[in-house]
Amino acid sequence: MAINTNRPTSPHLQVYKLPLTGIISITHRMTGVMLTAGLILFVYVISALAGGADSYAAMQALMSLWLLKLVVWGFVYALFFHLCHGIRHLIWDAGNSFELETLNRYAMIELTASLALTLMTFAWGYYGL
Amino acid sequence: MDYRTPLSRVRGLGSAKSGTGHWWMQRVTAVALIPLSFWLINFLGLSLTAPYQQTVDWLASPVSSVCIVAWIIAAFYHAALGLQVVIEDYVAAEGPKIISIWAVNLAFLFLAITALLAVFRIVSIG
Repeated sequence: MAINTNRPTSPHLQVYKLPLTGIISITHRMTGVMLTAGLILFVYVISALAGGADSYAAMQALMSLWLLKLVVWGFVYALFFHLCHGIRHLIWDAGNSFELETLNRYAMIELTASLALTLMTFAWGYYGL
Repeated sequence: MDYRTPLSRVRGLGSAKSGTGHWWMQRVTAVALIPLSFWLINFLGLSLTAPYQQTVDWLASPVSSVCIVAWIIAAFYHAALGLQVVIEDYVAAEGPKIISIWAVNLAFLFLAITALLAVFRIVSIG
């Protein structure tokens, strides 16, 4: 189908100040895309383990670089955020909690929970940070 | 009862009777991933810090290996489904859209197979 690109457009995203719920909504999508990129890193890590002790040690040395540590922590936070907001999507799919007050309260709960889960992972003693 | 005109029936456009499949599998994999994430976090934590043998032993144990395999299948499927929606939202032109969705699906199939084979190799070591 031919698409006419010379059509008037409605006011775009950047002219609006997104509410908290809107910011969280787009963050859900962004974390989703970032997590898919993180899956490539997962394949690298598990392949290094399958490759034997030497490739495992090389992988650990590489992953201990502070930049990659930051990536791993970003991945863990993105995972927990996406999980928490994903649960809310499932609640919505069941037809519940669309009231404005509930939306804002849940948004705060999600942000707190995902941060708490990331800190719990940190406090668990892994990652050597 | 089919209310379509003979012409529209011949053109064959319209519902493919599979509209809810994508949406539904996105939710099924999402629910599966909630508990399975626990094993992923465990695996990541071990493989980034623990000695080689400890990580191998952990992954080769029956519960861990089953859960990591289940996580890989659910996560890569979920990722491909999710990226498809993102592509459909932002890529307007029909050709590039279809090609990028195919590319994403094939890439994630390939990545998932690589990860699964790695798990099988580790299980046979441990």
